[in-house]
Amino acid sequence: MSANRSRPPSGPVTRRAFLRTAAAGAAVSAAACSGAPGLEAVLRKHFRELSPDELRRDLARIERRNRERFGRATHVTAEGPRPGVEFGYGLDLSRCVGCRRCVYACVKENNQSRRNPQIHWIQVLEMEKEHGVDLAHADLYYEADAVPRPGKFYFPVQCQQCRDPPCVKVCPTQATWKERDGIVVVDYDWCIGCRCCMSACPYGARHFNWAAPTLPPGELNPEQHHLGNRPRPKGVVEKCTFCIQRTRAGRYPACVEACPVGARKFGDLLDAESEIRRVMETKRVFVFKEELATHPRLYYFYAT
Amino acid sequence: MRPRSIRRSIPAVLLGLVAVTAHAGAPASARPASTAPSPIGLVEAEAPPFSEGIFPCSACHASLEKNGARRELAFHDEQQSVFSHDAEHRWCLDCHDLQDRDVLRLASGATVPFTESYRLCGQCHGDKSRDWRAGVHGKRVGRWDGAKTYFLCVNCHDPHSPRFKGVREIVSNGKRTVAPTRGYLKPEPRPVRPEEQRR
Amino acid sequence: MSGIVEFGRGCVRQVLTGGRAYKAWLALLLAAIAVGAVAYARQAAVGLIATNMRDDVSWAFYIGNFTFLVGVAAAAVLLVIPAYVYQWKPLKEVVVLGELLAISALVMCLLFVLVDMGRPDRFLHVLPLLGKPNFPRSLLTWDALVLNTYLFVNLALVLYLLYRTYRGRGYDRRVFLPLVLLSIPIAISTHTVTAFLYDGMAARPYWNASILAPRFIASAFCSGPAVMIVLFQILRRTNDFPIQDEAIWKIAELMSYAMFLNLFLLGAELFKEYYSATEHLAYTQYLWRGLRDASGAPHGALVPYAWISLACSVSAFLLFLVPRTRKDYRTLNLGCLLIWAGVYIEKGMGLIIPGFTPSALGQIYEYTPTGTEWAVAVGVFGIGFLVFTLLVKIAVPILVGTFRAPDRARVPAPAGAGTASP
Repeated sequence: MSANRSRPPSGPVTRRAFLRTAAAGAAVSAAACSGAPGLEAVLRKHFRELSPDELRRDLARIERRNRERFGRATHVTAEGPRPGVEFGYGLDLSRCVGCRRCVYACVKENNQSRRNPQIHWIQVLEMEKEHGVDLAHADLYYEADAVPRPGKFYFPVQCQQCRDPPCVKVCPTQATWKERDGIVVVDYDWCIGCRCCMSACPYGARHFNWAAPTLPPGELNPEQHHLGNRPRPKGVVEKCTFCIQRTRAGRYPACVEACPVGARKFGDLLDAESEIRRVMETKRVFVFKEELATHPRLYYFYAT
Repeated sequence: MRPRSIRRSIPAVLLGLVAVTAHAGAPASARPASTAPSPIGLVEAEAPPFSEGIFPCSACHASLEKNGARRELAFHDEQQSVFSHDAEHRWCLDCHDLQDRDVLRLASGATVPFTESYRLCGQCHGDKSRDWRAGVHGKRVGRWDGAKTYFLCVNCHDPHSPRFKGVREIVSNGKRTVAPTRGYLKPEPRPVRPEEQRR
Repeated sequence: MSGIVEFGRGCVRQVLTGGRAYKAWLALLLAAIAVGAVAYARQAAVGLIATNMRDDVSWAFYIGNFTFLVGVAAAAVLLVIPAYVYQWKPLKEVVVLGELLAISALVMCLLFVLVDMGRPDRFLHVLPLLGKPNFPRSLLTWDALVLNTYLFVNLALVLYLLYRTYRGRGYDRRVFLPLVLLSIPIAISTHTVTAFLYDGMAARPYWNASILAPRFIASAFCSGPAVMIVLFQILRRTNDFPIQDEAIWKIAELMSYAMFLNLFLLGAELFKEYYSATEHLAYTQYLWRGLRDASGAPHGALVPYAWISLACSVSAFLLFLVPRTRKDYRTLNLGCLLIWAGVYIEKGMGLIIPGFTPSALGQIYEYTPTGTEWAVAVGVFGIGFLVFTLLVKIAVPILVGTFRAPDRARVPAPAGAGTASP
């Protein structure tokens, strides 16, 4: 585990911690009846209030818990945003063929629940060329022997990592926030599962653990990030993090590497030489549901 | 006209031979800086292999008469049957060199080795070529902040039938890479509908 | 101090004694609560997958009930306004009963939110100091604030009034009136904030309408008083409760105006949606006519309920508008029932489900509650009704003067204290 992370100085932490300990009794008994996550998790502070030491202990706790749940050694980090980097994503709609390779690469990389409940952070919509980008004629559940189907085009949707994220605004407990590199993250140990953010998200990008995730131990991705792909408990919300565990380490997201047609572009918006900047400078890009002024970091474009 | 272009192409042919040898032997890691993507840390993906037994072309062609007249071929049926690259206007010798079958030939008459086929493609598909060099067209894997592997035109497009259909993962020259498929891709299973998730 | 203990003992005695019908009612409520508890235990064990909520429809029956009950809670206290304006004699009684209803409705509201939470064990995270509330940006923190403030103001008011009356002392108007007057804006703000919770979400065009808060208030003015009208009649018959016909008829008349306003606002919404016919029409269409999905399959689970709700609301409006039917207790009570049904559908499922159907990505998932959801809701209503029953069981004898501190039992209530106990 590594706890290299930059955080703002925290204020009334000690008083808060004291009160929390004092109030823990009630919470512990409540926890007991809802699939107890252990006293440590109940008493834990908000992620952003953890001292470096507490964070290290928390990472160790997660690794321990992973071993209990999956019988496997994992490596959990909390690597922070890189100064001077802001992530951006480009999606070339003239290339996407709707093969859903990205969907399953994402599931695998990010330890999503496989079935019942099934969680897909990427949702590929099949749309009609006749209607253009029109959700009234969009089909998420298309089945075909071969894609692209005649007269159709494909519109993958995932978290747009908005600059003005409505989900963050509505969260009653600050369990979700925007990091400095632009990634919107969730503290799975702080989320109360009220699902306000799911109502507020215009992109259907937030997903709820309606039950404990079904995740075969053999398929667990052991390289994990605290705010990303570590296995989630039941009853909390999760979402795409641009593969925070990969991208903060300099790698492309899993969906970019899985895409067989090269429709997915990723990079640093502040680097003039990056692929995403080339896309923005040489292509006509658009953002999804622009009228809602969420200012996404995910740009759709038509290369041809 | 003809003699001059032949004379000019001799050094290129020699170069090309060297390159082809390199291609057949060790992986082509050295690239001409002038034509391919320039930033440091870019690694070329392994190109798909030639059809078995077909290369070097000169193995057969050396003993054949050189005929530059456009015509229906009585052989190379495997290419003829799929050929669909502006077939009305194009034929073999628009891209393959009459004098040296082991290299490709640009419109200028200059020849390029098979390992640099993107230069040939870029003559007509200039916009794609520019996008590809910038990383906008085509695919790259690796690090967004450093070393990455970029795929070549021929990793995804069959030059004789270039319309993109799909790719499959292969191992070529001991390296994992991709090659174009003849058929379209079958999509992965659809998501489970909400009403199908019960407990 | 001993007085308070004695009061507590007296209350317990009050609650435990009663006729056959009372005990049967309590047994029924306890059975409902047991059913709910069993269902909730199952839900807590497997997770919210025991409900039919899914990512596409992520709030549903629980939150629909919550929304309806916030309206009931708000409107019960709003009856104080006409009581005060028209100078009804039993002002105190109307206030107390309204607030008892509000307290019970709020208990149900909070329980419905609790059973809807994925991690109820982390409820502390919303609280200041203990948690990290996202105040003032998150409307849910506002909602928690106003609902709890409203609950505590009502509890304080009711306890103060009842205890003073129980001790045979009149209440102090300088304490009573400001608190009553404070509870009115809080009542309005609870419902407004709840409306803002929905209408602040640009992602859900069905809710994202500035008309939503006024509609909430208008429909609340119908459903809350409907309970009160029925309650007044029951109490008048069983406990010699001093409320006149005129007061009840006046409430019914006010309800007809509120219902007119509610229907007018609904019409204004429907006109705007259908005439402009933008892509936002889909949600309204889903409610009123049904929608077809990408494969052409029809979906219209809510359509019959939408029309039943409209029919109920319109007929109740007419019954309450015409003086003859308003003053006939058979049609009056029928009207109350119709209003409840109409508003329950409109403000519950009729509000929440179309907000999510079609989903943010245009997909249609037809939600209907599971058995677990019904059972949990039955349990929550059981708790709410039980709270209300017990509170009324204590309050009414105090108000009518049959339950008094032993040392005050024979002393009549002091004159000039603003009470109208017989």
